[in-house]
Amino acid sequence: MMKFIKRSYLFLVFFFLYAPMAVLIVNSFNASKSRTVWGGFTLDWYQKLFMDKTIMSSLGTTLIVALIASIFATILGTAAAIGIFYMKKRWRSLILNISYLPIINPEIVMGVSLMLLFVSMKLEFGYVTLVLAHMSFCIPYVILNVLPKLRQMDKHLVEAALDLGCDHWMAFRRVTLPEIMPGVITGFLMSITYSIDDFVISYFTHGSKAQTLAITIFSMTRRKVSPKVNALSALIFVAVLLVLIIVNVADIKKNSPKKKKGGVRV
Amino acid sequence: MNRKGKWIAGPYLLWMIVFVVVPLILIGVFAFTTTAPFDANGNRLTLEEAAVLEEECAQAGIDSTVTKKTVFTLDNIFAVSEYLPVLFRSAWLALIATAICLVIAYPLAYIMSRYSASLQRLVQMMIMLPMWMNFLLRTYAWMTLLEKNGWINKLFGLVGLGPFEMINTQGAVVLGMVYNYLPFMILPLYSVMTKIDNTTIEAAKDLGSNYLKVFSRVILPLSMPGIASGITMVFVPAVSTFIISRMLGGGTNMLIGDLIDLQFLGNAYNPNLGAAISLVLMVFILLCMSITNQLDNNEEEMEAKML
Repeated sequence: MMKFIKRSYLFLVFFFLYAPMAVLIVNSFNASKSRTVWGGFTLDWYQKLFMDKTIMSSLGTTLIVALIASIFATILGTAAAIGIFYMKKRWRSLILNISYLPIINPEIVMGVSLMLLFVSMKLEFGYVTLVLAHMSFCIPYVILNVLPKLRQMDKHLVEAALDLGCDHWMAFRRVTLPEIMPGVITGFLMSITYSIDDFVISYFTHGSKAQTLAITIFSMTRRKVSPKVNALSALIFVAVLLVLIIVNVADIKKNSPKKKKGGVRV
Repeated sequence: MNRKGKWIAGPYLLWMIVFVVVPLILIGVFAFTTTAPFDANGNRLTLEEAAVLEEECAQAGIDSTVTKKTVFTLDNIFAVSEYLPVLFRSAWLALIATAICLVIAYPLAYIMSRYSASLQRLVQMMIMLPMWMNFLLRTYAWMTLLEKNGWINKLFGLVGLGPFEMINTQGAVVLGMVYNYLPFMILPLYSVMTKIDNTTIEAAKDLGSNYLKVFSRVILPLSMPGIASGITMVFVPAVSTFIISRMLGGGTNMLIGDLIDLQFLGNAYNPNLGAAISLVLMVFILLCMSITNQLDNNEEEMEAKML
């Protein structure tokens, strides 16, 4: 009996989460523009979607900005994490608290503050401001992922490498970096994800020249009837599903038992 | 590596100051200043006097003698007090949404945490999928469902209940908040509950506790960090949203986010007022967070729980 209640509760919550998206996806194949009347199956909306220049160019902008911002964020963030790791406790607390502000503060405040900064610096709004703005919220996520890896790392490994004749750069490259690499990669992936998904901060920092996909979607959803949005939703749904499946399969493979290699990698 | 190592963060520290600290200081600066017109002798003018002076200069054919300077003012902050009802409405709706999320998510997280590892992974994935769908699309989906001739009203129609006015209400906004942020409440709760070992619960039962006691004495206290995380991750975005209120609330249910948006990108461009409202919002949220932080203080736990 208990099992039945538990199962139904789970089912109910998932129904609540997925039903709205299912309606969107089903409607993407609906030949009629109406949202409740079925007018026949069609792939027209998908075709129109791919031919829509605004959507395609904003998709390009989104991906480019995400990639560039994430690369810079990962480099800066990893350096930041390492530096913070070696700081004394008081400095570390202060710097960490400030570093996490972009993700603790409401997005609208961060977006608005960056907009004020760019206006005061008389920077022209466009790609550059977008990348800078995205970097500002990506870097905390990188730090968030690399710092724990640094903490887990055996401090004596670096000492040992230095004792054995490495200079600092070599010790970093051969010892520290491989140890923190999982955190660096996760941070990079997280940056890309949050950057692609971002709306609020992009909304305040993009100006008229550069548009991200989220902003295009926003203007499309203003008009109540826009079947291309449904098609877009369906595609994004499938893309996210694929990514999640790949990530989980990779995760399962990594966690399956295998022997650890002994000795320090040289 | 100890002393010198920290300077590798040098470039980042520079970045942080320019792109995190300075913008926030700018908000403070804008909040407490305004650009006021002055005449040639350095006397401050009111807006009407400035307009008159500009007219006279234009008619005389000379360049305007009105100059604009930035002055300190508390006017913006006082203006925000006019908008306090909006702030309270935002906080109230966000609170309701957070409470609903907590009530829905708590049993779900517990049920999930008792499943086998592979089933947990599957369920976790199914919770994360909607999260990674675009936020705007998820809200848009509800726009179509809540309409007068949308699906929900159609279903009601089948049973004979009249079409309800669902969209453009405060209820719709709360629904939108719950829908968008529910996974953010489920996941931290779930992650904390997986750490509550079954043997602990069994031990409590062996020692004579009934279900209620097991819940209140064992599960609830141990899940506190998750509750604190979840509340933060739902309340903060909910109180400052402007998309949900715009798409599902129509123009009438303005929340504080909408207000700020209007000042910067709306027709009434007033960055000073917008900055003042943002400042108040920031302070309000910092207050709320320091309250919830009583429940959970450890920096490393926060890192472990962030997704």
